[in-house]
Amino acid sequence: MRIGVVTFPGSNSDIDALNALAVAGVEPVTLWHESPDLSGVSAVILPGGFAYGDYIRAGVIARFSPVMRGVKDFAAAGGLVLGICNGFQVLAESGLVPGALLRNRSLRFASKIVAIKPERLDSPFTRAANGAPIHIPIAHGEGCYYADEATLDGLEASGRVLFRYVREDGCPALDPDDPANPNGSLRGIAGVCNEAGNVAGLMPHPERMSEEILGSDEGMQLIRSLVESAKEWEAAGRPAPRTKAEARA
Amino acid sequence: MTDVTTTPSAPAGPEPLHRRLGVTDGELDVIREKLGRDPNHTELAMFSVMWSEHCSYKSSKPLLKTLPTRGSGMMAGIGDNAGVVRIGDGLAVAFKIESHNHPSAVEPYQGAATGVGGILRDIFTMGARPIAVLDALRFGDPTDPRTRHLVDGIVRGVGGYGNCVGVPTVGGELVFDPSYQGNPLVNVMAIGLLEERMLILAEAPGPGNYVVLFGSTTGRDGIGGASVLASATFQDDDPNKRPTVQVGDPFAEKLLIEASLELIDRRLVEGIQDLGAGGISCAASESADKAGTGILLDLDAIPRREPGMAPWEVMISESQERMLATCRPENYPAVREVCDRWGIPIALVGRVTTDGDIAIVEGGIDPDGEPNPSAKEIARVPARALTSDAIVHYRAATPPARRRQAPAPGIPLTAHDGLPERGMDPAAVLAALLGSPNLSSRRWVYEQYDACVQSNTVEWPGHGAAVLRVKGTRKALVATTDGNQTVSALDPHLGAQLSVAEATRNVSITGARPLGITNCLNYGNPERPEAFWQLQEAVRGMGEACRALGIPVTGGNVSLYNEYPGGAIAPTPEIGVVGLLDDISLLVRPPFTTVGDNVVLVGQSTPGMAGSAYAALAGISSEDAPPGIELDREAALQSFIREAIGRGLVASAQDVSGGGLAVAVAECCMWSGLGAKLRLGVLGSPAIELFGESPSRLVLSCRPRHAPAIDLLARQFGLHAETLGTVGGERLRIELTGQGATGAAEERGSGVADALDVSLADLRHTWDHGLARALGAEPGPAYAAEAAEAASPGETA
Repeated sequence: MRIGVVTFPGSNSDIDALNALAVAGVEPVTLWHESPDLSGVSAVILPGGFAYGDYIRAGVIARFSPVMRGVKDFAAAGGLVLGICNGFQVLAESGLVPGALLRNRSLRFASKIVAIKPERLDSPFTRAANGAPIHIPIAHGEGCYYADEATLDGLEASGRVLFRYVREDGCPALDPDDPANPNGSLRGIAGVCNEAGNVAGLMPHPERMSEEILGSDEGMQLIRSLVESAKEWEAAGRPAPRTKAEARA
Repeated sequence: MTDVTTTPSAPAGPEPLHRRLGVTDGELDVIREKLGRDPNHTELAMFSVMWSEHCSYKSSKPLLKTLPTRGSGMMAGIGDNAGVVRIGDGLAVAFKIESHNHPSAVEPYQGAATGVGGILRDIFTMGARPIAVLDALRFGDPTDPRTRHLVDGIVRGVGGYGNCVGVPTVGGELVFDPSYQGNPLVNVMAIGLLEERMLILAEAPGPGNYVVLFGSTTGRDGIGGASVLASATFQDDDPNKRPTVQVGDPFAEKLLIEASLELIDRRLVEGIQDLGAGGISCAASESADKAGTGILLDLDAIPRREPGMAPWEVMISESQERMLATCRPENYPAVREVCDRWGIPIALVGRVTTDGDIAIVEGGIDPDGEPNPSAKEIARVPARALTSDAIVHYRAATPPARRRQAPAPGIPLTAHDGLPERGMDPAAVLAALLGSPNLSSRRWVYEQYDACVQSNTVEWPGHGAAVLRVKGTRKALVATTDGNQTVSALDPHLGAQLSVAEATRNVSITGARPLGITNCLNYGNPERPEAFWQLQEAVRGMGEACRALGIPVTGGNVSLYNEYPGGAIAPTPEIGVVGLLDDISLLVRPPFTTVGDNVVLVGQSTPGMAGSAYAALAGISSEDAPPGIELDREAALQSFIREAIGRGLVASAQDVSGGGLAVAVAECCMWSGLGAKLRLGVLGSPAIELFGESPSRLVLSCRPRHAPAIDLLARQFGLHAETLGTVGGERLRIELTGQGATGAAEERGSGVADALDVSLADLRHTWDHGLARALGAEPGPAYAAEAAEAASPGETA
């Protein structure tokens, strides 16, 4: 099976996504930003980095790139799209997932290993996770998740908060000032998905904790989830996404 | 020849042009001699940057020639953009360290950012993909508002560039010393990995070949950066010098890396050189001189970012993120295609010629590579005169009138009544050292640097040397930077030896074999005989240490004129080392690993506390001196630990350096969460045994059953190994025994020596918060207001 990793000019964690996919035993495919053709891949990762330099605002230029037309069509047809770090920012700017990523509350770039916990294990992006806190790195300056109260309530009610930052004891770091909440995200949100559940974004980097030699392979729980889900989607003949009504039901 | 930068008796009126450009009267005479005529403005500007200390090494060249520069597996070295050493499996590693001190003092963010950008270009110009950055930073008083401003801007600048360009920052140093108050140091080391077949040199071979310029356009930023900023004594943060600081664009650099590596991989270019200090003048003349050719440049073809630039401005502009390459005419369309695909402007700016000159014309070059009939020659200078045949100054070196001598190693230890350890509480001293700005955790800094992009980082910053795996092999690269400025200030020769010893030791204790050193020599004004003597002594010490350890110098950089109205910096020989570990499964790290392991001290302490962290804290007697080093013993120690690790005898290994044995052991405990119970024999003074920084020592832990083998191996290397105790518990306890075991308890008449007995939690708390506290980096009111504003919904909601 082939999974695509988009390379925007300025992407840099595409190296990590390609490496993690190879570790997971699938064929990684580089997708160039200038073409909307996704060359038939079974899922897409938008990697970390600084797409188009992140000038103006992180992810805001990338949303207009030709490849994003292809990604939007792919998502609308039910394909799985995972945005990591800058990829999450691009998804948010493109309106494919709700909310926005603001500057870290510390106003500094933050690079360290954090703990996140999947809120549900029945999503395509978490199905291979064991439910325990996952320790993976963050590396971003603009990762403070923001949405208005109504949107946040809606996300929580519909189970679309996929990951929250948690303390060592596993309790979610809901307060933006909690030391375990590394960027001041509202309600401790580290990752969300769209209404249909096939497009997800998260700030931490699961693809960088992919091998024991790098400290751990805890991040592979999420990469394997994506791979399994993509396989299932292919096996089922690429079904269309659930409608809004189905998703709400 | 006399060097006259300013003559007191100079006639009133404007300074002559050459002096304003930093060229002395004597140097102007030599330029006239080489050209056989007077240089015009453009030519003079080219000479001024190329004969600057930064580009020509005119003062340091005679010294640097004495260094050992050959080693096994070396593919490139001094004179190339970076040293390159084979590591097997058809792979090689490129590495180099460089300074960006004065630009960072004027504009901390951009100065540091372009320092990172410049050294990265030196790496990928060799055909290597940059895989890591280490930054060695030095500042004055951390409580001073200006220092805090510099620390903040420089750390943001290093991170801002490295994070965006996608190269992890995996290590470095942060040191505070009053001597850097007006002149901070920003030394950046970069490491790259390449397939041997990718190696390419910065040359312009093949007359008739095209000379192309790609990357950013050329503007007025960074005009005279090399000559005005880097090669003159520093006069405060003169706003007039702001335009001399370059402005970095890491996004452009990221594209440049990808395009350059693709051009090299596909063999589309014959030679490639980055534009750094000296801009096009430097890149063109060095490339031509190295290939024995000349270059004809079409000034009009150079893409500008602003109108109205004079020819001399174009020729010496240091606008960032630009590359000069030579390609065969038939490959030019493919070169264009690569640059177009990465969105990088490219221009055909000249031809390789046979005459050995850098010739610049206005009015265009015809398809045959000759200047158009109507073209006007703006400048013509032999490439050699600008580079390999540049002026060399043999400076006077004079030792200062009064200096300290190190006590010879091996002289008997005597209780030193001049030392202030009587009455000290060892636990309080340890806490003070661990919480001090120089020894506390550097977490506040390295958490602002992406440390793991590219999926190679095995050892994150904070716990000793950086470790990077080499994908597709069992190998790992181990890297570190070290520089000892406190001892260098007392004895520059010894300070340089200690710097090389510590840097290489930090690599050897992981089990890796140092491949070579790169160095950044930060010194004062070489026209001052005392400052030049410091440089001369340091180079001598560095060379001796490298010879004794059997390690070549693969490259480096000299940063002179590190002076400001308040004085000169402490001489700072910054040493970068890259080591190779053939089998990563043998990697050993500093933290203890297993309860019940033996803790063994290898090597013996020698007298002398001057230059130590303890001395900075407690003061020392006026007749004290820094501890000396026996280089043979250092070499034996490093061979011993590599051998012991290779045999699988060692569980952890830690270097004894800043803060001495007590700090070294405390770190092994804090980083592992495992305590230790130790007993330390004290012959002379407890302060020397606990906190002395005499070199050539390490602390290792091992399974008890391996202790006899360790002991035997140490004896085979002529080293003393002493089991101090065992790993375990949640406290660090060090009992002092022997005739010198005196302390406050004895003063109180208890007759029992003090023990150091502290909880790991307390140590960790002190160590963890020391730096942020010293910098006042906890959020304050202004900071909170700004944060609230940034977090408000605004237009992104």
